Amino acid sequence: MNSPLPSPRRVWPEAGYSHVPYWLYTDQEIFEREMTRIFCGPSWSFVGFAAELPAPGNFKTTSIGNRSVIICRNRDGKLRGFVNRCAHRGVKFCRERLGQTNRFTCPYHQWTYDLNGDLKGVPFQGGVKGQGGMASDFDPKQHGLQQLRIAEHHGVVFASFDEHTEDFLAYLGEANRYYFERVFDGRDIRILGYTRQLIPGNWKLMFENIKDPYHASLLHVFLVTFGLFRADQESQVKMDPTGRHGLLISRRGSQQSSEHTKDIANLRTDFKLRDPRLLDPVKEFKDSATVVMQTLWPNLIIQQQSNTLAMRQIQPRSPHEFELSWTFFGYADDDEAMTLRRLRQANLMSASGLVSGDDSEIIKLAQDGLTAYPDDKALLAMGGHGTQDEDHMVTEAAIRAFYKHYRAVMEI
Amino acid sequence: MDVHGLRDQLEDLYARYVESLDDGPLDLWPELFSEQCLYLILPRDNYERGLPLAVMRCESRDMLKDRVTAIRETMLYEQRYLRHHVTNIRVRAAAADALEVSANFSVIEVLPDDLPRVAMVGRYLDKLVAGPHGGWLFTEKLCIYDSLLVANSIIYPV
Repeated sequence: MNSPLPSPRRVWPEAGYSHVPYWLYTDQEIFEREMTRIFCGPSWSFVGFAAELPAPGNFKTTSIGNRSVIICRNRDGKLRGFVNRCAHRGVKFCRERLGQTNRFTCPYHQWTYDLNGDLKGVPFQGGVKGQGGMASDFDPKQHGLQQLRIAEHHGVVFASFDEHTEDFLAYLGEANRYYFERVFDGRDIRILGYTRQLIPGNWKLMFENIKDPYHASLLHVFLVTFGLFRADQESQVKMDPTGRHGLLISRRGSQQSSEHTKDIANLRTDFKLRDPRLLDPVKEFKDSATVVMQTLWPNLIIQQQSNTLAMRQIQPRSPHEFELSWTFFGYADDDEAMTLRRLRQANLMSASGLVSGDDSEIIKLAQDGLTAYPDDKALLAMGGHGTQDEDHMVTEAAIRAFYKHYRAVMEI
Repeated sequence: MDVHGLRDQLEDLYARYVESLDDGPLDLWPELFSEQCLYLILPRDNYERGLPLAVMRCESRDMLKDRVTAIRETMLYEQRYLRHHVTNIRVRAAAADALEVSANFSVIEVLPDDLPRVAMVGRYLDKLVAGPHGGWLFTEKLCIYDSLLVANSIIYPV
């Protein structure tokens, strides 16, 4: 799919990754290039959990970039993926998000596909009363649904448009595999629910936000107030060798002032929860980290903040808008108390999150601010100009690393 | 039971509920709930599939108060005006000291530099108990929204 594209009209202002031109967040040509190069290129996009598709005939629809896709379990129990676009006239034929079927039928002319996406029926293919019908050179085998490759690791399902995408575990890399398997250790997943947000900003602002520990200790007064994330806590920022994936790792502190919190203008040390059940975290993972935000190129944030676990799937719609689709989960062997704890802590991180609400609001304000200045640029110089791992939070290295890979893939 | 008297009481209760959210003070909102209560805002598809995840979950009047404090003191958001519209209030079950009531809601949101928009539509499934000083208090309020795509974020309660 990595077909040669004409060089983009826009030229990155300089070498390196310490400045990001604002046209990158607004330009339609850039957006289309991203859909082709990144989302339909050699990448693995998160599409769901095997637990969502337990039985043959189960299917779900989701999106990779701005393209609707179907993931289903075929009669042999294997996961298959294909685009949600009829091979005849382009209709987005499947309109359910989760369902069960024996076949997919496009409502327009009732072209019918099996659970592998192969075309099995074309009404009136042979004509009616000897008249009409499909052209004699029509071969149904050549008109199945466009196929996706599927990779599943410990119950998490990824899809790729590109037949040359490397093996999923090689794609993930060693450090990211450790943290991926820290949450997905092979236990059965229990889906707790979904929420979806339509955020009026460019999709890359979402990745920048999660790869940016600098803001977390300043914007998120709630986190800082309760010691869940602070600039003076033991923390790491890790990238894979390409820069495309990232990890933001930290450990919980306490609710008190220190010499490092004096720069935080709005720190509240007097705010106590009336009902502390909202924040009643228990240790459940093998290491001492209490928050790990893992960003996997090109569409996934794996969130582990205390005991609230969620996949946040980024689905760009235009340069100015993306859907953030959340799947909250726990484990099948969670007891009732743990499930309740996860549900309570979802108050921090959701479409109405005491913490994540700050992020979706700030992304809108960022888009509002930069849109009128395509020829100006953002500054990413916190922690220097490098893209290496760091063991502190006062850095924008992970965003620079993201753009290192981005520029290589986009060839801009 | 005096059905017309009850309807008046409910109309008044829902009007005060909406007023606390739209015109404030927001401190009045938790006072319309019993001390032990359940308040959930959840998408309709979770509700229909039996999935428990809510985007806002409060299990006591104190948790509602904590949410109010966070909205006031810690959360960052663009200032907005809201108008909640509650219609089709229907009593589904009634006893002397307990009611089950459903109603439709829609929320019009006005951001400073935008035209008004419908931010959310859905249905309340409520349980009420007789308050200690007369009148009714919410002891369970499920705000089940049809508009599955949330318009950016939900800051205020529904």
